[in-house]
Parts: sequence; structure tokens; C-alpha cells
Amino acid sequence: MPKVTVDGVEIEVPAGATVMQACEAAGKEIPRFCYHERLSIAGNCRMCLVQVSPGPPKPQASCALPAAEGQNILTDSPMVKKAREGVMEFLLINHPLDCPICDQGGECDLQDQAMAYGRGNSRFEENKRAVTEKHMGPLIKTVMTRCIQCTRCVRFAEEVAGVEEIGALYRGENMQITSYLEQAVTSEMSGNVIDLCPVGALTAKPTAFHARPWELKRTDSIDVMDAVGANITVHSRSGAVVRVTPRLNEDVNEEWISDTARFGCDGLQERRLDRPWVRVNGELKPATWAQAFAAVKAAVSGVAGDKIAAISGNLSAVEELVAAKDLLTGLGATRLESRTDGAAYAGPAAHWRFNSTLAGLETADLILLVGADPRLDAPLVNSRIRKAVRRGGATVLRIGGGSDPSYPVTDLGDDLGLLAKLPKDVAGKLKSAQRPALIVGSRNASADVLAAAHGLADVLVKDGWNGFNILHDSAARVGAMTVGWAGEGVDALAAAAPSVLFLLGVDELALAPFGGATKIYIGSHGDRGAAVADIILPGAAWAEKPGTWVNLEGRVQRSLRATFPPGDAREDWTIFRALADVLGITLGYDNLDQLRTRIAGEWPELGREGLEPAVWEAATLTGKPAGATRARATDFYSSNPILRASPTMRTCVAEILEGRAPAILEAAE
Amino acid sequence: MLADKDRIFTNLYGFQPWGVEHAMKRGDWADTKSLMAVGQDAIIQQVKDSGLRGRGGAGFSTGLKWSFMPKEPKDGRPSFLVVNADESEPGSCKDREIIRNDPHKLIEGALIAGYAMRARAAYIYIRGEYIREAEVLFAAVEEAYAKGFIGKNACGSGYDFDVFVHRGGGAYICGEETAMIESLEGKKGQPRLKPPFPAGVGLYGCPTTVNNVESIAVVPTILRRGPDWFAGIGRPNNQGTKLFQISGHVNKPCVVEEAMSLPFRELIDVHCGGIRGGWDNLLAVIPGGSSVPLVPAHEIIDAPMDFDGLRELKSGLGTAAVIVMDKSTDIIRAIARISYFYKHESCGQCTPCREGTGWMWRVMERLASGDAEPHEIDMLLEVTTQVEGHTICALGDAAAWPIQGLIRHFRPEIEARIAKRRGFVSVPEIAQAAE
Repeated sequence: MPKVTVDGVEIEVPAGATVMQACEAAGKEIPRFCYHERLSIAGNCRMCLVQVSPGPPKPQASCALPAAEGQNILTDSPMVKKAREGVMEFLLINHPLDCPICDQGGECDLQDQAMAYGRGNSRFEENKRAVTEKHMGPLIKTVMTRCIQCTRCVRFAEEVAGVEEIGALYRGENMQITSYLEQAVTSEMSGNVIDLCPVGALTAKPTAFHARPWELKRTDSIDVMDAVGANITVHSRSGAVVRVTPRLNEDVNEEWISDTARFGCDGLQERRLDRPWVRVNGELKPATWAQAFAAVKAAVSGVAGDKIAAISGNLSAVEELVAAKDLLTGLGATRLESRTDGAAYAGPAAHWRFNSTLAGLETADLILLVGADPRLDAPLVNSRIRKAVRRGGATVLRIGGGSDPSYPVTDLGDDLGLLAKLPKDVAGKLKSAQRPALIVGSRNASADVLAAAHGLADVLVKDGWNGFNILHDSAARVGAMTVGWAGEGVDALAAAAPSVLFLLGVDELALAPFGGATKIYIGSHGDRGAAVADIILPGAAWAEKPGTWVNLEGRVQRSLRATFPPGDAREDWTIFRALADVLGITLGYDNLDQLRTRIAGEWPELGREGLEPAVWEAATLTGKPAGATRARATDFYSSNPILRASPTMRTCVAEILEGRAPAILEAAE
Repeated sequence: MLADKDRIFTNLYGFQPWGVEHAMKRGDWADTKSLMAVGQDAIIQQVKDSGLRGRGGAGFSTGLKWSFMPKEPKDGRPSFLVVNADESEPGSCKDREIIRNDPHKLIEGALIAGYAMRARAAYIYIRGEYIREAEVLFAAVEEAYAKGFIGKNACGSGYDFDVFVHRGGGAYICGEETAMIESLEGKKGQPRLKPPFPAGVGLYGCPTTVNNVESIAVVPTILRRGPDWFAGIGRPNNQGTKLFQISGHVNKPCVVEEAMSLPFRELIDVHCGGIRGGWDNLLAVIPGGSSVPLVPAHEIIDAPMDFDGLRELKSGLGTAAVIVMDKSTDIIRAIARISYFYKHESCGQCTPCREGTGWMWRVMERLASGDAEPHEIDMLLEVTTQVEGHTICALGDAAAWPIQGLIRHFRPEIEARIAKRRGFVSVPEIAQAAE
């Protein structure tokens, strides 16, 4: 614990801290461009210079200098002031004066720090440098003349995203940042370089010139594009979500979000269900709420409870799941199902959660992936695994294949049955590992895979460590499982041939087996589910309702309403509340607070935000021989109806996955 | 003046073949085993005692540098010696002569130095443009392997030591030690942040020492003749012999091994046949390669050519690449050309150098043509101070110093040129006219 003096204030800092951290601990702001807490130290912007004695008689880069006992650090001496002014002047001499048309304007580090630490005038009378435009794909807009060569994006791509596709070309004042052969960056988290870029060199292409940051309303929310539950801020204007940026949460997403979370939001404006529809003579006709409710009443009246069933999809918040469950219970229905991917997990919470937690996964020393593709299913989980590999030297083994995960992985085979009869050396490694983690992909969590996984519980569950993990790709799944949306499985449900089927945003399930049922679809987008529905009740999408979401760890998080649902669409739980009146059922709550009180009454853990670890309990599970691995049903950019509706995501599919040239697309427009 | 018997580089001019047989006749590889037998710490102590200061420019004690290397391998990591043969400093051409004509001195030195610092291997990083020199070096290393001087049980000493020759791509910045390490690792040649220093984390993350060719090549002779002999040449703290490379406006430009602290006048008169047009025609001298500030004629003529003597003149010995300029030189344009060099060779990693070198060069170009405002001289001087000392490596300093030297000593010239360009008559001319 070295003691240092910062501007006359003595302060003790943790061993291994840098001078910059010491200054921050002392409450001093140190300007910086290249330094970023989550990236390696480059020390190249030279903005963080401070005066340190003992040491050479010149200013030192505080980001890279270790704090040492007895250092006297000055952050406001004339030498430091001059150094900062000098560096700022150098950064600005070749930086274009195009702030009025720059999308970074208003949230630009260079603007802010030039105001705070710059000289205020320019002595540079030569011509400014111009840099040719680079292409970085459909998500990242580049204006490389603005680049200050901080290399944050290069380090992010290499270290966090694991794709060595951004780098620097040439040297000296001709140095340019570019992507490999000017192709789209293939990372699933590439959009984070937009936040990392301290200037307007890398900005969001889909929202270019859409809005100034100060015009946007900011709402705290939770991302539902995958099961991680990344904390996000929704930026909206005039009732439309303009963009999504990450919020800091060390336990969940650190400060990254996936590209689907960041750019999928324009799907909220497309293909919306903004009025009820009722199928008449095989054709969907626009209807009023009263007509739609009457149709529902007609459908359920006289139908026995066991012939009424409900399936929930991947985008349902806990509130509507509980309201729907209460309504269905009132109708006598008991067949509720959320595991549309065919997963067989049930029982105690620990059996279907990501028990090692996201942050805990970084400390794992052996990771066994079973039918899971974290890079596509949950990019942020993948970056945690990558961290475990890079920093902790973890070994990653894989059964069932998958995409290139961006870290070394040993493939054991494609047959999921391998898990039940692991090769001796793998079993030995599992046994000798201090913190082994098993990650089973939800869509491959068949009964026998789970039985084999449970057989490893002795190895996986230890004092202070539970390495049994299910990798969900549905934001709603753990919440649905918590409130009891798990029955005998989708196949059994189909076999029971229900007459009435409620579908809560079910778009990822083939509904052909339910041909005989009257399908009532409650959801936000006109997608696969709505296409086959008989009655459509338009609901709200994630940004349009306050919601409780349980992420794959079991962490309870709340999102706020950012915008309102379009047209006649309503918040989903109020639809069930109104339907209850029509059907003569009393739910016992009239507003969100009452509903949440009702939820907290039955499931106390859902009443407060945060994570309550689940206790591992053994359970008997028997299964049939495993089949082949079930691959992802959709590509990364198309995994839910919002993304399928998003023009940006369509462009991603065309350019990144199909490799179509952007110029042709532009011409086509 | 250095006596012939005290010369280390006896084949500097290539009057004899460079091959191993001839090198052995000149005394190289003579009982190298016994030189190594005194022990690693004893070798380092002898080098320390000899007063040898690094010949690459910085002038840091070579023995002291070696002593920073770990004595025991930490967690199984080997140590490495990197020999800096990326001689790119404008004016410098000494390493080239060594490699051309006396490569076995370098290889033997690499073995002894590598052994002293417990290195597993030496990497000789040779400048990309040195094509013939690289051919000689490759062949010389082959010869040494064939003779058993290096490789397994080098020279019968029981020590295994490999020498690898690596050709650079021709970037000046790769002569900076950490940029050289990056380049050797196959990355873009950009200097690393220090700390950690290479002696702790260097090539491939292993302890590494980077030494100049000349520093390494003189070591076998120092050990053979004893540190006292070497320390007896020159003056205290500036001991030994040094290869001076005199270029520019002298009658006979040459590379010559001389004693340290030799007065400039003697160096020029004895070895270079005097200044072109006589001593009165001398304008200024850049005594240590393009990176150091120039020194005007009257200050340097009787100055001792060594580290401390030139530092007193606010310049430096650098690599002892003496660039002599007589009064026919357009000194402003000369420095502008040097500024262009640094602008061209800046790696672009850190801000002050990336942006500052280009700015300084552009202003220098305008000063050279006189197309500037008088206040820009002060502005340029301030810009140089904003670059100097604010960068990751010393290239920023090297780009700033020549300009500072110019403004320090030749400010009236610059002002006169600006005035002339603008059509103004200078004050002295008015005074003359009034008389």
C-alpha cells in the first residue's frame, strides 16, 4: 500500500495502482484519451501527463506509471498545465473543425477536454491533414480525418472482441486506423468501438445525423435481445427509440453491449401490430379491442380448462407472464410452457440458471461448452470466457461444435452423448480443476444431456462455487421458469391438442402441430406467430413498458418505459387485466404497483432487484439417448421479431453474413 | 591521438578479408574460452571497470546495463541479447564498417556479452538497407557456427549460445530498443512504454538487453587487453576508443577509430585533411548525428569530442557522426531537411511526435524560404519544447533538438531571411548605409 502525495494531499493507494488511479483516488481529474479501464494501457495520447518527483525532470504519463511509495505528484503545476495545453494543441491541429456536423458533438471527449485543458486559440497555419474514408461495415460510420489515433478501437477489437480486424496503417502523421481490407468488422460486439472512440471518427451509422445527444430522453432499461440482461440506456425522441447505449454494471455487462442490443432498436418502428386483428373466414381483419375480446370470449367459453394452453415467447416480462398465468388459472388452464426450444430443465432454480454468474465465470479455470455457442447466443458471456482464457489461462473444451469463439477451444466431438461418457483425460481435468464450469446450451438441454450434466454435479458444485450453467438465449426464460411457466414440454402440449392456445409473443416455435387450436397471439410484431394467429391482441415491445426481467443468472432487473406503444397497442399485462373483466375473472390488481405486490407476495426474490444465488439440490433425471446437436435456428442478427423487423439488422445480414457489397445496396436504395 | 597499437578495429578499412581465418590472424576468437572462464560477474565487472559507455548515442554505462539482467532465470524464461545494427541515424556509418570488415569482432562480442548476461541467444537486428553487410554477417555467423565458436558448447566453454541475424524493414524508429523488440516479434515497430524496461520484460516477454554494435564489438578486446588499458584512453568518465564518422565539408571524409576526448581540431586536421576552405570557412558542426543540436564553429573548434565535453556545449556525442558544415551551407535548409527526416520517420504512436514533427517541418520549410512571420521563430521554439520530453521514446527529443540548436545559434540568420523575403532592409544594413 504505497503512500503518495497528490497536490499536497497524502493518500494511500492499493499496491499496483497507477499514478492516474492515485490522482483519481485523491479526487483529481486527469484528462485522457487513449486510457480505458478495460483495455490495455497504450500511453500514446500523452494527455494524462503529470509531474512526478522523484523522477526525470519531465512530465510523466500517469496512466502507465506505477504509483510508488513517497511519490510527490502534481496535477496542476505550470509544467503540467503547459504539457496538457501542448498535447491538446497537437491533437487539434489536424482535427477538422467540423463539430457542427459531427455526430459526436455534445458527447465528445475532445470537445470537453479542449474546453477544460486547451489554450483556446490555434497557432497552426499550415493545411490540415485529411484521411481517406474507411469502410467498417454497416454499423460503424467512419470519418477518419477526425481520428486522434488513440487506438482504443484497435485494442478493443483485439482484446475484448477477439477479432484482430482493426489496426493501424502507415506511420507518423500518415498513420491511419482501418479495418482489415476495409471489410466489415465481424465481431458481435463491434458497436462498442463507437462508445470507446473519444472523438467522432467512429459513430453509429444507422443513426447518423438523426439527433443531438441533448435532444434525447434517456431511460434506464434492460436489453432483451439475449438472456444476459445487459444494462442499457434507451435514448428516445418524439416517441421513437433513436439509439441504445450501455450502462455500467460490473456484474452483468461491464460496459459493453452486443450489436443486436445497440442497433436492433430500429425494429421497434417496423412491422408493428398497432390494432387488434381477428381472423374471419380464414382472413385476418382489423378489429376493435371490444371485437377482439368478444372473439376471445367466444373462443374460450365452454372450453374445459385442460383444453386451454399457453406458450410464452422470448420477449415477455415477468409482469405479463404473471398476469397471463393468473388469467389462465382463472380459466382453469394449467398447461403453461415457456421452453419453446425444447429444453427439459425444470425443478429447482439452480437447474436452469447460470450459477457460476457472469463475473464468476472469469475465474473459472476449465470451461466445458455443451451444445452452446456463446459467441452467437450471448456475446457478453463469450467475452467473459475470453477473459478467463486470456487472464486466467482457462482451458475451454467443447462438445457439439459451434462458431469460432475467438479463443482456443478443443472440440471433443459433435455427439452430445459424449457428456455422459467423457474421455478419461477430460474427466480427470474436470476433477482436478479448481473452478470447473459446465455450460449447457438451452436448446440442447435435453433430458439426457441434463441427466449427464447432473451426474457431474459432484465435480461442479463445491463450497463457494457452482459450475453448473445453462446458457439461455431468451431474455424471458428464467423469469418464466421462476413464475412457473414450465409444464411437460412443448411436444406434450401439442399432443394434448388444446382447443385454445394463448401465445405470448411466440415467434420462434413452429406452430403447425397446434393446427386445431384457436390461436390468440399477444405480441408486438407481425411475425411468424401473428401470421398464423386467429386473434391478435397488440402488445407493447420491451422499450414501451416497465418490466421486470430475470437474466440467465437469475438476476432480477427492472426496465423503465421509454416510449409508448403505437396505435391501439397496450402494455401486455393490462391486456390480460382487461380480458379478465370480459371473461368475468377477478385478478386482484388494477395497476402495476398492485401487480408487483402480488408478484412479490408469491415470489419474494422478484420483488427486489439483484441476484439471489440458487442452492443446488440434487434431483433425479432420466433421459433418452441424445441426438445430434441442435444448431441455432436463426443467425445472430435475426433471433427475434424485433431484430427481424430491423432494417439495420437486415443490412448486417446482407453485408456481414452474406458478404454483399455495400455499394450495391446503396445503389439499390 | 590514438596509437596504432591501441586500435581495436584493425581491419576497419577492409584492407584484409573479413573471413574467419583472417579474423583469427587479427586476434579474434583467440582463446575466447578463457575470456569466458573468468565468470559472468567478473566479465560484467571488467566492462564496468573499463568505463565503456554505450556507443549507440545515449552513453549509458554498458557494464551497468548488463548488471540489470536477472542472475537466475525467472519462471523458466530465457534471457536475450539484442544487438542493434539498425544504424539509421543520418551521418552514422560506423556499424556498417564493423559488419563489413570485422564481423567476427561483433559475433565474438555477442557471445561474451550474451554469456555475461546469461542470455540464451543474440539477435542481431541489421538495417534493411544494409544488403551487402547483411550478406557478410550471415556468412560470418555461418563461419562461426562451423568453427564451433557459437552454437552448442560455444568455443568449448560448455555454454550454448545462438546468434540469429534479423533484417529490418528500413524504419529509423526500429533503432529504438523497444521498437526493435516489437519489430523482432513481428509487430509494427513502435516503441513500448517504459517501465517495464527490457531487462525485465523484453523480447517475447523475456529479460532482454539491447546494445549497439560498437559497444558489443569492443568487448572482447577490452577483456583481452584489460579494462585498465581501455580506461586509460581518453579522460575520466569518457574513456576508451571511439569510431568517429566525419562527413560533410572536410577534405577527406572518413570513419576513424580515435581516442575519446580528442579535440575537434585535431580530429579534423589529422584524419580529414582539414576543413574545406580552411578553418575560417567552418560554419557549424553537428557532432553526434542528426539528432543532436548543432554547435557553431567558434565553440567546437577546441572542444574535446566526448560525451561530457559536448554536453557542455548543449549538444552531445551521440553516435559520433560528425557532420561538418562550412560557410557555403544554407544552415536553415539543412536543419529543415533534418526536420523532414524526423517527420518521415515518426512512428505515429504518440501525439506530440506524430503531430509535432509535421508541424515543425512545415514551419522549418517556410523559415528556410523566408516565407514566415518573425514571431513564428518563437512559436516554433515553443512547439519544440512541447514535443521534447513529452513523448514515449526519444524520437520527439531528437526532432526538437536540431531546431532548438539552430534557433539558439542562428536566429539572426532566420530573421534576416524573413526580412529579405519581405523586401525589408535589415537594421545593420541601414546602420551601414547611415555611415
